Amino acid sequence: MGIGTYIIVSLIKIVIAVFILLTGVAYTTLAERKVVAHMQNRWGPSRVGPFGIWQPLADGLKFIFKEDLTPPYANRPLYILAPMISLVTALTSIAVIPVGPWITVAGVHTQLQITDVNIGLLVILGVTSIGVYGVALAGWSSNSKYSMLASLRASAQMMSYELALGLSLIGVLIYAGSFSLRDIVDSQAGTWLGFIPKWNFFKGQFVAFFIYIMAAYAETNRIPFDLAEAESELVAGYHTEYSSMKFAMFFMAEYANMFTVACLATVLFLGGWSGPVFGPPIMQALMPVGWFVIKVIAFIFIYIWVRGTLPRFRYDQLMAFGWKFLLPLAIANIVITSLVVALK
Amino acid sequence: MAHMNPTPVLDPSADKTMILNMGPQHPSTHGVLRLLLEIDGETIVRLMPDIGYLHTGIEKTCEAKFYQQVVPLTDRIDYLCPMTNNLAYCLAVEKLLGLEVPPRAQWIRVMLNELTRINSHLVWLGTHALDLGAMTVFLYCFREREDVLRLFEAVAGQRMMTSYFRIGGLALEPPLGFFERVKDFLARFPANIDEYESLLTSNPIWVNRTKGVAYLAPEDAIALCATGPTLRGSGVDVDLRRDQPYSGYENFKFNVPVSRDGDVFARYMVRVQELRESQKIAMQALEGVPEGLVKADAPHVVLPDREKMKTQMEALIYHFKIVTEGFTVPAGEVYSPIESPRGEMGYYVVSDGTAKPYRVHMRSPSFANLQSLRKMCEGNLIADVVAAIGSIDIVLGDCDR
Repeated sequence: MGIGTYIIVSLIKIVIAVFILLTGVAYTTLAERKVVAHMQNRWGPSRVGPFGIWQPLADGLKFIFKEDLTPPYANRPLYILAPMISLVTALTSIAVIPVGPWITVAGVHTQLQITDVNIGLLVILGVTSIGVYGVALAGWSSNSKYSMLASLRASAQMMSYELALGLSLIGVLIYAGSFSLRDIVDSQAGTWLGFIPKWNFFKGQFVAFFIYIMAAYAETNRIPFDLAEAESELVAGYHTEYSSMKFAMFFMAEYANMFTVACLATVLFLGGWSGPVFGPPIMQALMPVGWFVIKVIAFIFIYIWVRGTLPRFRYDQLMAFGWKFLLPLAIANIVITSLVVALK
Repeated sequence: MAHMNPTPVLDPSADKTMILNMGPQHPSTHGVLRLLLEIDGETIVRLMPDIGYLHTGIEKTCEAKFYQQVVPLTDRIDYLCPMTNNLAYCLAVEKLLGLEVPPRAQWIRVMLNELTRINSHLVWLGTHALDLGAMTVFLYCFREREDVLRLFEAVAGQRMMTSYFRIGGLALEPPLGFFERVKDFLARFPANIDEYESLLTSNPIWVNRTKGVAYLAPEDAIALCATGPTLRGSGVDVDLRRDQPYSGYENFKFNVPVSRDGDVFARYMVRVQELRESQKIAMQALEGVPEGLVKADAPHVVLPDREKMKTQMEALIYHFKIVTEGFTVPAGEVYSPIESPRGEMGYYVVSDGTAKPYRVHMRSPSFANLQSLRKMCEGNLIADVVAAIGSIDIVLGDCDR
């Protein structure tokens, strides 16, 4: 592939990926409102278009037209920078996530992934950790007590849970022997007995999977770990002082992070795009992507379901849970996985 | 709106502490409660409640009204249990008048009071759970509350500000089919309570958030004049419905739930069990409602029926006299306490022998219970303040009056 083709293909892939991600983010907000509403005996958005399908557009327009207030006592440069950091880091991670195998379109043989970095997993972990700065700076630069408390909570929480999150992935790495997300998915292809997929989840990494889910909920500030934006305690948490598009950027970052987490869970534990493939060639090319999307949506549905069910942890309980339960469990998982692999 | 007293300001007592102003516009201070918190990190060093943001001057207004005109004012004191307020006031004035209320009216009053308790506890449970992040319980509770409000609308024409009780009985006979509707609701309500409990009582996060949190010792609870579930959650077994029966409560069989733990979870359990007991009391009232009139036979106090007004000269004259110049009440003073969903709600009425009360004072449970907040919260975390406020179930209208 010549350099010119490479750049064009990459650009096309980036545009498609970002478009799908942003649309996905918008419609996750709608899905969340709809699903939670039905769990709670109400209808959810139903006025803008049939079944409220234009609601995300209306929300987006509303955010754009809202007055953009900056508190006079805020630290202006950081106050503006914080939501940008949050959103940029949340959107960047999608670059290394593979959504399907190699395909050939119009004579160009390419992979369904913006770029296959051989340390893809580390890139995602690194980029998402920078996201903490967005939250921490937002709270600090707003110069409001509630934001300050929330951003302290958020920083401590995200850093603590990053440990458990990172450690929970090591079992997967031991099995795959690679940091490249594509290699990890390839290592999970095939089935036992023809119907049990060889996903890491079924290879004995289910403990790691649950640690990952918990830590990921904490990382993305979702119920039951949404202490940083606990509206009943800290008003709106670190984004109390934010309005208009700046608030929307935090909001989008939260949902984009949910997507990253769901994609990563799919890739690492649920076999990525692997699944039964049949039918004519065009279907064979698209079905893996279909499997990937279904797994991601299922994961996001669980997110929403949990939100409809559970109350919120308290700050000290959350820290205790992370350090005294998840972390030792993750380490035990590494030891056991290593033993299993060594004794094979 | 000008705040008459100078706004209380707290100065940090040490270098490392910070003052956090919580409310009066805060999502979980249940109305317009303002709290001044001195915090060290997330730990509360001092807590100072500041009330008065919902002061309405109802007590003073009562002095300018005829006795019967006070009833609609009482609705707005504790707006979550209007019928309880109506009842407390009516009982006080009836005591002054020496008026005997017919049994049918008494039984319907008890039934509606227990429905009011259910209504109030549902709002409490929903908002309390919402404060701790469990959003679904809130909407489930409000679904059943809606049913209760529809029942109120059926008898009183109003959902929240019912004013259904009158001095001497009820405003009018409940409409046709009302008792069947109540029965329908009461029959399915226990299953709804199970549903709320299945989301909370055994949920480890809920238990973690509430067990051992915001402890109130029994001796402190008594010293701080706490009443109702706040007191019973600390193991003091007092319930006026049983200990000092009024309006025929001696005819009903029910348990008074008590818990000895004194924490948020104890108060939660007490109220949830009270929901079940209220359902039983209302069911008994429904099944045993006697036939008869719903108004006392006291033409100078009780407004006559419309029908009689059109056919009898005396009825028309009484109606005219009561509406234009009220009715006189013998001089004296009376304190009549009843068990509201929040605790002891007492009405102190002084009469100077005219048609308007000389003084009406309410002993409101929210005001007294709020005092215990400080005891519960100091030394705990900010998140516990929210749990504690929810667990004492204050209504600011009741508190500020």
